[in-house]
Amino acid sequence: MSDQIQKPSTRKGKKMLPVGHYRGLSSWTIAFFIFLYLPIIVLIVYSFNANRMVMNWGGFGIDWYLKAFNNSDIQKAVWNSLIVATVATVFATAIATIGALVLARGGNFRGKTVSLGLITLPLMVPEIVTAVAVLIFFSAIGMNLGLGNVIIAHITFCIPFAFMPIRARLEGMDTTLEQAGRDLYASQWETFRFVTMPLLMPGIVAGAMLAFVISMDDFIITLMVGGAGSTTLPVYIYSMIRRGLTPEINAVSTMLLLASIAIVTAYWILSRKTQTSTEH
Amino acid sequence: MSDWLPKSAAGRRWLGLAPSYFVIGIFMLIPMVIMGVFSFLEPNPYGGVKPIGSLAAYIKIAFEYDLEDKLVFNPGYLNIIFRSFQLSFGATLLCLIFGFPVAYYITLQPENRRNFYIYLVTIPFWTNLLIRTFAWIIILGRGGVIEAPLLATGIIDDSLRMMYSDGAIAIGLTYSYLPLMVLPIYASLEKLDFRLLDAASDLYANRFEIMTKVVIPLSKPGIIAGCILVFIPCLGAFIAPNLLGGGKKLMLGSLVQFQFASARNWPFGGALSMLLLSVVIITLIFYARAAKNRAAMEGSA
Amino acid sequence: MKRLFTTFAAITAVLISGLAQASGELFIYNWTEYTPPELIAKFEKESGIKVSVDTYDSNETLLAKLQAGATGYDIVVPSQNFVPILINEGLIQKVGVHALSNFKNMEDRWTFPEWDSEQEYSGPWQWGTTSFSYNSELYSGTGASLKEFFEPSDELNGRLSVFQTPDEVISLANIYLGIPFCSEDAKQMKQIQDMLVTQKESVVAYNSETMSDLLASGEAIMTNHWSGYSRLGRLTGAPIVYAYPKEGVVGWYDSMVVPTSAKNVENAKKFMNFMMDPVNMAMLTENQGYGDAVKGTAAYYSDELKSAPEINPPSDLNVFFAPTCSPKAQSLIDKVWTKVMQ
Repeated sequence: MSDQIQKPSTRKGKKMLPVGHYRGLSSWTIAFFIFLYLPIIVLIVYSFNANRMVMNWGGFGIDWYLKAFNNSDIQKAVWNSLIVATVATVFATAIATIGALVLARGGNFRGKTVSLGLITLPLMVPEIVTAVAVLIFFSAIGMNLGLGNVIIAHITFCIPFAFMPIRARLEGMDTTLEQAGRDLYASQWETFRFVTMPLLMPGIVAGAMLAFVISMDDFIITLMVGGAGSTTLPVYIYSMIRRGLTPEINAVSTMLLLASIAIVTAYWILSRKTQTSTEH
Repeated sequence: MSDWLPKSAAGRRWLGLAPSYFVIGIFMLIPMVIMGVFSFLEPNPYGGVKPIGSLAAYIKIAFEYDLEDKLVFNPGYLNIIFRSFQLSFGATLLCLIFGFPVAYYITLQPENRRNFYIYLVTIPFWTNLLIRTFAWIIILGRGGVIEAPLLATGIIDDSLRMMYSDGAIAIGLTYSYLPLMVLPIYASLEKLDFRLLDAASDLYANRFEIMTKVVIPLSKPGIIAGCILVFIPCLGAFIAPNLLGGGKKLMLGSLVQFQFASARNWPFGGALSMLLLSVVIITLIFYARAAKNRAAMEGSA
Repeated sequence: MKRLFTTFAAITAVLISGLAQASGELFIYNWTEYTPPELIAKFEKESGIKVSVDTYDSNETLLAKLQAGATGYDIVVPSQNFVPILINEGLIQKVGVHALSNFKNMEDRWTFPEWDSEQEYSGPWQWGTTSFSYNSELYSGTGASLKEFFEPSDELNGRLSVFQTPDEVISLANIYLGIPFCSEDAKQMKQIQDMLVTQKESVVAYNSETMSDLLASGEAIMTNHWSGYSRLGRLTGAPIVYAYPKEGVVGWYDSMVVPTSAKNVENAKKFMNFMMDPVNMAMLTENQGYGDAVKGTAAYYSDELKSAPEINPPSDLNVFFAPTCSPKAQSLIDKVWTKVMQ
């Protein structure tokens, strides 16, 4: 799938750029990542702000890190956020994957458009409305699971975010490989497991990442449907208004970033090891 | 392994859709029906509703009672809705222009490096939106990251006043929703077979034609998914308009928020979101129809 | 798959164990960083009750949430103008605060307030004022009148910041124009609207989050501000002065109340009683920097707090506490604000 990229075009292009490559594409991408990371760098720098204010520099200090380490409320909020985002991502991505497979591969059937509409419904409603409506529903049926309420709500609104990239990938995906698999007497499960899934993986990864990011950032819905003991990090941050935000939040965000980078690096090192060991 | 699956295609179909139907049907559709019913009731003065039927919430969207209690046309709310659509449209366009080449660039990378790039796109979004938005205030603000060196070197001698402007809102919205554009486009581009490009090139297509006639049509599902994912949340956005734009003009998101908070008019909030929902659904149906017709035409040609 | 299952089982176990030990617990729902951890630790140690604190962002959220049926909280902390609403809607219950043993410590000025005239429902938390602050290095005025805020001079052009929600802004406007709070007179409200529309020409931002930052960076020269928050800004070294205009300022008083759905009412009463002990209340005030309603707390204040201008207003200052508005008045406020924001 990737070797064809390097094939250079010999016929055209002054500098013999390979087909499909464009001048300025990499500078554009660099500009893109500068745009993406400039605020993150600012945020990290300001986490060392000795000042109490988030936005005005008052000298270097690590007080906010020490404070964050001693703040059990904020730690609990971080854990709540991570638990909710992880569980919601796993479930939403699984549900969205199955749904997308049916909708993209099930041919044309009655109720397809309606199903599509239903799956994207959580996307189309302003958050505050979802928040109030879901809370009314939860209290009407007497559901009070604390963090469980939040997790269910998050699974619901994460489904379309996971669904869209997966479906986009499936649409028009070449089915010849799968047919080949079946011609070779692979069972349907085997075809799915060893042919469809690997082909679908980039879509699933993209979908899961979106779901995770959306869940980590949600504030209004969590604020409303959360029961006692379910304050998440965004809820904590948004509720600081009357006291004013402090660089403590930057410190926590920086640590979360570092943790995420550490996890993924570890994952890569591990997966590379297993890859090389299975190759032989 | 797959023995337990239903034998018929239809049975399997519904089994696959069952989890989505179950979760969204119960935890989203039912609550929305409740909200829909609420929008036809009278507001309880302190939040909630009274069980008395009323169309007042819908009338309020376009009309108001003047001082003599006469019903007159009031474009105020419609202006807010229109403005929000405009802004969302602009932000979606910016995300597309900025995001598409990057998604494409990532697919050009060797396979093992692609996930790394995708990960790079998502990392910034691990931090809270409010905090990221604050970082933009530091960057764009008076004497901030951009202005400070210009002021120090004497290139400018007064603030550029970049903050609290429509431009600042546009930057904020684009920044907030970029990954929602890049990831779906990447997901659909990633399967692009580059032999097609070679084939096109062999047929004397120039670079521009390869892009517009091969790459873009093939990535269309991703572009559409990305546009939907950016456009709709933008309609309800309120952090960027408030913090970067200075909140000087109400947007749809803040307006709906306002009805459930200060104004305590739940039916009106419900009615506004029903309106929004219908607009979005009608647009999507039209789009689906058009896509179907086109597919049918291409099929018969 | 197995690992996933184990994780899920572990999470479920945590959730269930959280529900199981329902006795000896207290669930507080309050604004963020409004509940000092050391205070909670002290209460837990003295009473053996386990306290859990959750946070919300506004009175409106609290009301909407209770109105929609949220349960599980034993103490919530609304402002004075929301207490009557919560009472009328049947969302909070009588706990007989006046009969608690430490009630004798309350300052007379704050006992049996108009929003809870029998003191059946509410125990004290903090009170403060809403006015405006200015950067004294950039502003030539003295903040002596609300005129400076509502009819800004040229030097404030594009450098004025106003709160993002209507209630406190319109209450201040009421004070300035001498219009009674919660006016139901459309003409009077039109007067307020016109003034706010004119003021808007000078406004750089409507903001309720970063007032001190705006003042310190000079992005704004004058902003709406809360007393304690303004003090925190000044303590960072920025030249921020909290104004006490001659017309008066808006006051707010946050108090503890017990939702009707509370499960641990006795524990909630214990906590209320605990908070009316001057030692404990002083801990809260020292942490928050607003004002309290308990006698003898000043003895425990730090010197800085004792002399802070933000919590020691001039003795002749008029402080007006906004009452609960009628639906008609509230809808006028809503109308005015929507018009200003168009």
